[in-house]
Amino acid sequence: MAHKAGLFDLRLVIAVLFGIYGVVLAVVGLGFTDESDLAKADGLNINLWSGVGMVALAALFAAWALLRPVVVPDDADAREGA
Amino acid sequence: MPVLAEAQADLRLDAGPLDYALLAIYFAFVLGIGFLARRSVSSSLDFLLSGRSLPAWVTGLAFISANLGAIELLGMAANGAQYGMATVHYYWIGAIPAMVFLGLVMMPFYYGSKVRSVPEFLRRRFGKGAHLVNAISFAVAQVLIAGVNLYALAFLLNLMLGWPIPLSVVIAALIVLAYTTLGGLSAAIYNEVLQFFVIVAALLPLTLVGLHKVGGWQGLVDRVTAGPGGSEQLSAWPATELTGVQNPVLSVLGIVFGLGFVLSFGYWTTNFAEVQRALSAKSMSAARRTPIIGAYPKALIPFVVIIPGIIAALVVPELAALKAGDGSSGIVYNNALPALIGELLPNGMLGIAITGLLASFMAGVAANVSSFNTVFTYDLWQDYIRKDRPDEYYLRIGRLATVGGTVVAIGTAFLAAGYGNIMDYIQALFSFFNAPLFATFILAMFWKRMSAAAGWIGLVAGTLAAVLVFVLAETGVVDLPGQGASFVGAGAAFVVDIVVSVAVTAVTRPVPEERLVGLVYSLTPKESRRHSTTGEDAGWYRSPLVLGVGVLALTVVLNIVFG
Repeated sequence: MAHKAGLFDLRLVIAVLFGIYGVVLAVVGLGFTDESDLAKADGLNINLWSGVGMVALAALFAAWALLRPVVVPDDADAREGA
Repeated sequence: MPVLAEAQADLRLDAGPLDYALLAIYFAFVLGIGFLARRSVSSSLDFLLSGRSLPAWVTGLAFISANLGAIELLGMAANGAQYGMATVHYYWIGAIPAMVFLGLVMMPFYYGSKVRSVPEFLRRRFGKGAHLVNAISFAVAQVLIAGVNLYALAFLLNLMLGWPIPLSVVIAALIVLAYTTLGGLSAAIYNEVLQFFVIVAALLPLTLVGLHKVGGWQGLVDRVTAGPGGSEQLSAWPATELTGVQNPVLSVLGIVFGLGFVLSFGYWTTNFAEVQRALSAKSMSAARRTPIIGAYPKALIPFVVIIPGIIAALVVPELAALKAGDGSSGIVYNNALPALIGELLPNGMLGIAITGLLASFMAGVAANVSSFNTVFTYDLWQDYIRKDRPDEYYLRIGRLATVGGTVVAIGTAFLAAGYGNIMDYIQALFSFFNAPLFATFILAMFWKRMSAAAGWIGLVAGTLAAVLVFVLAETGVVDLPGQGASFVGAGAAFVVDIVVSVAVTAVTRPVPEERLVGLVYSLTPKESRRHSTTGEDAGWYRSPLVLGVGVLALTVVLNIVFG
């Protein structure tokens, strides 16, 4: 079977998306949040906190992807534990 | 009607350039996944079943994400706003046990027999009658439901952002079409996993801000108790409001048997849009773990969907008025989630929340379309129209079916836009097909004597029984308010299916036993039902049984603490 082993790692895609989202939100939360934004979210700087949370999620997925990379087996029976 | 126009203007979100930029980034990722996944598609099995190569955490998250569509998200938040905590039954009773059952008991036959779809299992077990009934009803249902999902998406975009409905329908359909035609099921599944995280990233901060606003958990309890629903809305049992059954004992029975057993087992264990995710897993062990891994986040989703619904009924003034009996603002419970988002989130998180809602809608549409193309290609085209062609031919048919299915779905969306009630009827219609299927599958897998004729006659009789109950409830012959009618209908379908199947089997010839190896419990050697426990399937934490018992225990604890 001429299967291409071109499966990309979804974990890195998730890490990059949430890395971008997290940094953007944290910057907005730190530098571009006025009183009315704060008042809307009941005094919480929700952009900042969500941004920090997303960066943490991104870091988790990046670490997982780097520590346990995808092993592409030659055939289904010769699989090894990653 | 100025009142209605005003209410709709209230829901208009204050989205700025930043929010649109966050949305655009997400769409770029979704399409990028489609292009990347394309490289791994070289056969029809790659396209329609991901080449049976995906790890369990991916298929597990896709399994629940495929269900986390428009109707689910908005509907469950709406139920939370209207009925309170009783809504958790849709998750803890109505999903978790069925998902564990699918993984532990039924998956060995689905995955082990190497069928490529749920209808194909019926063809191998019963031959053509049951297969045609199921394949056609499933294909038609998925295309129509995709249309309903598309319309719901467009309606929300119109309400929140002011986009014209036809434009939103076409844009959303084109995006889903682009990535599913390019990358097939892999692209759909990878995007479902991404969607899952975006939905959580949108709803978790919303829930936390909402809880902060009402004064924490204790504040929520106090305010609901003081509100029009009273403290009854804080406990899940006996859910008399939800079922519409006044007697608490009968109400609990209705929840456990109607919702928990028949409706949810029918949906989760035989709906190919769900089962397909597990069939794309890379090993028997991963396939069995798929629904069970999905059950863990599923058990926790109520906290970020139902709780915001309850909060919305407290902090959104129009919803609070509606709940107190004053519906003059024109708001409906289905608007609970978008209304709360507009009330609490500033620009930035607002963009993430809009992205999360859109992601959830597209996940639903993509799941409908990607299961439709598989059933159409393998079960209808290959079995009845053009047999024995080379695989490239079926790969091409799979892509064309994706395009065709999406075009029909767009048509359905416009139909739904013209006749609002049609959505309710379409959904009711297709719940009819699910309820008897579970009965037929349980008999099929565990009773080798069941004959081919019993397969399709049982299905048809069960469906008719559900239709009868629905018609009686609609015309007011029997009085079943709330969700009672669908619970009773599902129960009737189940019982009639079993009785008719047994009766027909008694007077018809059984299927020859040698054809049933791998399909029926007593004729399948124990070895082929086992999954490997070495390599990537090793370790106690990868045991489907341990994981399954774990999530059932978690659900019991959640029921005791929050029920």
